[in-house]
Amino acid sequence: MTDTTTEPTAKAPEAAGRGPVPLPRAAARLLIVIGAIGTIASTFLSWTWTSDFPGDLTIYGYPAGLQVIALVAGALTLLYGLALWNVRGLNWLNPGKATTPVFLIALSAFAVCWFTGIAIAVDLGGLVNLDPGAFVAMAASALPVVGALALPHPAPGTGLRGYFAKPDQPRHGTLSPLAERAVITVGTALGLVVFTYGIGINDDDSETFIGFLLVLAFGAWGLVHAGLLDRYATMSARHKGFATTLAFVAAVIFPFTQSDDHNANIGVNILIFATVALGLNIVVGLTGLLDLGYVAFLGVGAYAAALVSGSEYSPYSVHFPFWAAAVTGMGASLVFGVLIGGPTLRLRGDYLAIVTLGFGEIFRITVNSLDGDSGPNVTRGPNGITQIPDINIFGFNLGDAHDVAGFTLGRFANYLFLMLVITAIVVLVFTRAADSRIGRSWIAIREDETAATAMGINGFRVKLIAFALGASLAGLAGTVMAHVNYSVNPQPYQFAGAAPPNSAFLLAAVVLGGMGTVSGPLLGASVLYLVPEKLQFLQNYELFAFGIALILLMRFRPEGIIANRRRQLEFHETGQLDVPAQTTLTDDPAVTKAGA
Amino acid sequence: MRFGGLTAVRSVDFTVNSGEIVGLIGPNGAGKTTFFNCLTGLYVPTEGTVAYQGRVLPPKPHLVTQAGIARTFQNIRLFANMTVLENVLVGRHTRTKEGLWSALLRGPGFRKAEKESEAKAMELLEFVGLAAKRDHLARNLPYGEQRKLEIARALASEPGLLLLDEPTAGMNPQETRATEELVFAIRDKGVAVLVIEHDMRFIFNLCDRVAVLVQGEKLVEGTSEVVQADERVVAAYLGEPFEGDPGEAEAAEVEAAEAAAASESDTAAPSETGTAAASESDTATPSETESETAVAESTGDPEDTTDAESTGTTEGEAQ
Repeated sequence: MTDTTTEPTAKAPEAAGRGPVPLPRAAARLLIVIGAIGTIASTFLSWTWTSDFPGDLTIYGYPAGLQVIALVAGALTLLYGLALWNVRGLNWLNPGKATTPVFLIALSAFAVCWFTGIAIAVDLGGLVNLDPGAFVAMAASALPVVGALALPHPAPGTGLRGYFAKPDQPRHGTLSPLAERAVITVGTALGLVVFTYGIGINDDDSETFIGFLLVLAFGAWGLVHAGLLDRYATMSARHKGFATTLAFVAAVIFPFTQSDDHNANIGVNILIFATVALGLNIVVGLTGLLDLGYVAFLGVGAYAAALVSGSEYSPYSVHFPFWAAAVTGMGASLVFGVLIGGPTLRLRGDYLAIVTLGFGEIFRITVNSLDGDSGPNVTRGPNGITQIPDINIFGFNLGDAHDVAGFTLGRFANYLFLMLVITAIVVLVFTRAADSRIGRSWIAIREDETAATAMGINGFRVKLIAFALGASLAGLAGTVMAHVNYSVNPQPYQFAGAAPPNSAFLLAAVVLGGMGTVSGPLLGASVLYLVPEKLQFLQNYELFAFGIALILLMRFRPEGIIANRRRQLEFHETGQLDVPAQTTLTDDPAVTKAGA
Repeated sequence: MRFGGLTAVRSVDFTVNSGEIVGLIGPNGAGKTTFFNCLTGLYVPTEGTVAYQGRVLPPKPHLVTQAGIARTFQNIRLFANMTVLENVLVGRHTRTKEGLWSALLRGPGFRKAEKESEAKAMELLEFVGLAAKRDHLARNLPYGEQRKLEIARALASEPGLLLLDEPTAGMNPQETRATEELVFAIRDKGVAVLVIEHDMRFIFNLCDRVAVLVQGEKLVEGTSEVVQADERVVAAYLGEPFEGDPGEAEAAEVEAAEAAAASESDTAAPSETGTAAASESDTATPSETESETAVAESTGDPEDTTDAESTGTTEGEAQ
């Protein structure tokens, strides 16, 4: 890739380094700053006359809903615009003075403002519903995009595509350890704020959530192009323990920021989903076994816990304490994992996928049939086992609200803490297993099974361990899920459905987030859970949209959102002869995603 | 070893003693790689056994490696997306035994074993000259270094017998010589080496004994002089002399023409032979398995199956 800094292109002959808009560079920079200020100012105006539009954008001097998002995007654009003017202290934002980060950030403001304008016009029926503020916002937010297009072209000769290709950024130095930790702290706090804001958007405010996603996607994209996220990732990798602890702390803080237990409920479900995805990541991401029936292990764990929970609908009138129920759930999943894995793991590739797919369905149908009519009454068939009592740990009933330091923590917040502990355990299991003799043999089998066996690895045995470990982790999450939801029934444990968890969504969470990484499935699970939850209007088209999203992902970023270094090199052949900067064995970027 | 009607390897009795380098040569499709696959348990021999240090080995690759036979592959099979160091660490799998529990609990034993493994792996990387590239992904190494890494990975399992399948395929003369040195160094460590190669100069420089495999059967075995002198070997590679021998006059004519040609390109001749040998083995690499299957199709008639029933024993032995 050619040099993208502005200096050399200034002297270059006309048109060679120019963007498509013919403006002097100073004017382009000015346009960006003015547009950004205009965008910010517009958010203090009224955008529409009625509060019928979600988020109430009618009040002067008080940004709300989409306006807040536009304000943030405008502020980011302003910062990047000022960085182009060499304002002191802002150089780190865009060290290479590259054009693409500015363009993408400007695009985020443009996207949210125009989306809002169009959404108002469509929702309320006509442009008359737009107040002057909206027109100001749309006009002002377009200026930085035009300005960015007038900046030197990032990669001359590549046309518009050059604006989406990642530019080379100068290699960044290191800060003092204390400063780096401070940066990680700020980054984690920002992550928590963003996550909390996203989860706090009202379920009916689909428009606001789309605006949120637009700014998040374009903004993050811009920051990646500015090299900031890479830098942050290497920083967190250097202070791995600190970053992980901080992420955990942020997740603990999360329930305290919520006045509504509903969001804590979403948080618990995300955590359950993410934990199971992480377990699946051992099987799919590390060992390379495509398991299409993984959700069945979650079901086995949930049913096992429900049967011993003391629910009056359970045929067994036993009431295990939670730790025993958890062990039971894990044990049951483990046994099933070994039973399924034993005969099938001798198969390779597609055969295994088909067999696991079949097993997943067998589980659901069996549970459906054990209702007393078609078979012995164990699971009460489609009715499921209901009225599962809340977990009681050391006399601490998770079902009751508790007051901690002036905050009231509801039922779901309690479960959130329990789930956090379990997620932490699973993350620990994952990272420790991956960075060991057994983890290396898993990866070796994924890479080349024949060579792995020729190196003395007992392929079957090692694969069975991965399969059983993944199964028991899912079983553990299942035991909590049974209690959180008060009931278990066969319906969620299918291959593909409109809502998580199901095998397809789990697999998608792993692939979307990034196979073989820790943070990838956590992020993937959050996205895949939140999007259907917040975009209710998609209900009927959800799987359709989901499919399109997956196709786009596979086309443009096959290694997932968070790439393992291995994977990244596998899919992008360019620039391979790099000298790795770090010397650790595993290179999972420990990007902290608060609350996820 | 039979594939349907085709007998790929038949009645090959073969012994490798410790501290010895033995070569295995033969024309394409002779069954050399199949023989290796039988030895290492990738193929289950239809008849016969493989014994190592007097013990008969079960046809399971990991058990064979555990017993002390390691191999490299004709077309390099590294773990492409693992680092150089990790590749060698995987090779140490059989010599370590930390399971899942110790990995999760991370006791002092685990740390010690990991450290030891890493030290051993680094030692091997230094031995083959790749220590500086420990954190590179295997896929990013140049071809010659990938071959070296594969050898290092095989050595990591502390084998008594190392099987090298065309270690110099696609290499230039300098690299070939370096590989020669490497194999000698391995031999000096007390590891017996069995090597398949098409580069005759390499084989005859290197090997204490050479066996020739033709059509799945061992033709000759002995020192390089014996093998080179054997008419059947020449026939296997170049074919039988033409029955209707060309007349004396014709032969003289050809000779004269050759002499004239030789004097013209006198200086270029020596280096040419070297590259010719290398490129020959290069093209042979991918075609070997193909030609085996091709033979399987053409000889799939019932006549051959009766022929194939004669007992075959494959035996690799090292004391």
